[in-house]
Amino acid sequence: MSDTSQVTPDYNYKVVRQFTIMTIIWGIVGMAVGLLIAAQLFAPALNFDVPWLTYSRLRPLHTNAVIFAFGGCALFATSYYIVQRTCQVRLFSDKLAAFTFWGWQAVIVLAAITLPLGITSSKEYAELEWPIDILIALVWVAYIINFFGTLVIRKVSHIYVANWFLGAFMLTVAVLHIGNSMALPVSFTKSYSIYAGAVDAMMQWWYGHNAVGFFLTAGFLGMMYYFVPKQAGRPVYSYRLSVVHFWALISLYIWAGPHHLHYTALPDWTQSLGMVMSLILFVPSWGGMINGIMTLSGAWHKLRTDPVLRFLIVSLSFYGMSTFEGPMMSIKTVNALSHYTDWTVGHVHSGALGWVAMVSIGSVYHLIPILFGQKGMYSTKLVNVHFWLATIGVVLYIVAMWMSGVLQGLMWRAVNEDGTLTYSFVESLEASYPFYVVRFIGGVFVVAGMLVMAYNTYRTVRAPKGSFASADAAAQAA
Amino acid sequence: MDQGIIGSIFTVVVFVAFIGVCWWAFSGRNKKRFDEAANLPFADEPTTNEQNEKRES
Repeated sequence: MSDTSQVTPDYNYKVVRQFTIMTIIWGIVGMAVGLLIAAQLFAPALNFDVPWLTYSRLRPLHTNAVIFAFGGCALFATSYYIVQRTCQVRLFSDKLAAFTFWGWQAVIVLAAITLPLGITSSKEYAELEWPIDILIALVWVAYIINFFGTLVIRKVSHIYVANWFLGAFMLTVAVLHIGNSMALPVSFTKSYSIYAGAVDAMMQWWYGHNAVGFFLTAGFLGMMYYFVPKQAGRPVYSYRLSVVHFWALISLYIWAGPHHLHYTALPDWTQSLGMVMSLILFVPSWGGMINGIMTLSGAWHKLRTDPVLRFLIVSLSFYGMSTFEGPMMSIKTVNALSHYTDWTVGHVHSGALGWVAMVSIGSVYHLIPILFGQKGMYSTKLVNVHFWLATIGVVLYIVAMWMSGVLQGLMWRAVNEDGTLTYSFVESLEASYPFYVVRFIGGVFVVAGMLVMAYNTYRTVRAPKGSFASADAAAQAA
Repeated sequence: MDQGIIGSIFTVVVFVAFIGVCWWAFSGRNKKRFDEAANLPFADEPTTNEQNEKRES
């Protein structure tokens, strides 16, 4: 069938363009909100005594915006792009594609309105109230139909591995979202979960950790398996390893949730199961990371000239780092030190800013020129500036949170000879202050990088088609 | 059945399934189709035929 593929099909790039641009915009919004609440932690007056600017209301807005608005738009854009390009066929339905775009934007806007107003179901990463949950479910089903419909009408015989990861991400997120959001409405803006007590906690973290495992990992691994080979100009290091990676990852991740509930009312054996599954998860995670990085084997020199590739490869390094850290933190005795401290916050951000954001940013830099009829970005130099801003920002952030977290854990568990606590909570909070300032500075770097990206994108999109040379050509000329 | 038995059965099933996936992925029979699949990201570019040959060599 490959001989029929020489004529490029008329792909639906419109929806990919829309989602790509919104990825950048929501990225800036979500990260800027994060920056504000990071500042509130050392300068509480920054909530200006306005209820909807308080930390408690803006924190879920920040997490929802970066995960579902920024990350979600990046996933929609890249999955619609990858499935068309690797199936060599136009999307199953343009109407469904448009519905998913406008529906998803409506969800984001509704979240941005309801969360600051304090309308919340108070389930972490699933705070949105039931009418929005129903809209999410509808959009998601349309997304699944469109994606799998495209796979069904594909013009090639194989389904590329990136699509396996993306398909698994979509199906699992549907099950997670619908399962966890089951609630009894008491009014238009208030509902109560049908789960109670330890079962509610278990459901919540089954959802919560698989939001990490499938939304923030499997989906972005799909992105990695397409854009890393594409940007490096060579197929993935080992396709067979990617097959084992896929099955091992999806069959293990779903069990890891209980590590969020160590030393709680959850049955002991469930906690141990969660811990063991999280530990084994290290193996497929590193298999995938090595597979991605080794794709560059023999072409390492490309890292010197191509900042887009640098984004993708450094994202994999952060992925490797956080998937080593995660299993370690799931060990009960380590968790006794790390849980409820800033260490967890640092871990999440090494995954979110280091892995998820960087692989998305790299993919978007790959996409923008293709989608807007250019051979390269307006300025490769600015891409490089963004790369360093992002890397320095993430490192400052993670290191600050590690130090703050371990310090908190040690202070909270310190006891005097007579069994009383050595430190009060406020003392540990005061000790964290300097690290909160460093974390904020890291955040400034990250947001500044996103603004540079927005400017670079604006110049690329507005320029007449074919204005800019590819990064390779630019490097050779210089 | 008590919890220990269920846990043991589960462990064995998952282990066998994992061996099965590895066997399937690395068996010589599937080498060709996986090599083809690995090149799919480049297959819809009219200019890459030559490069693909280079890649496969």
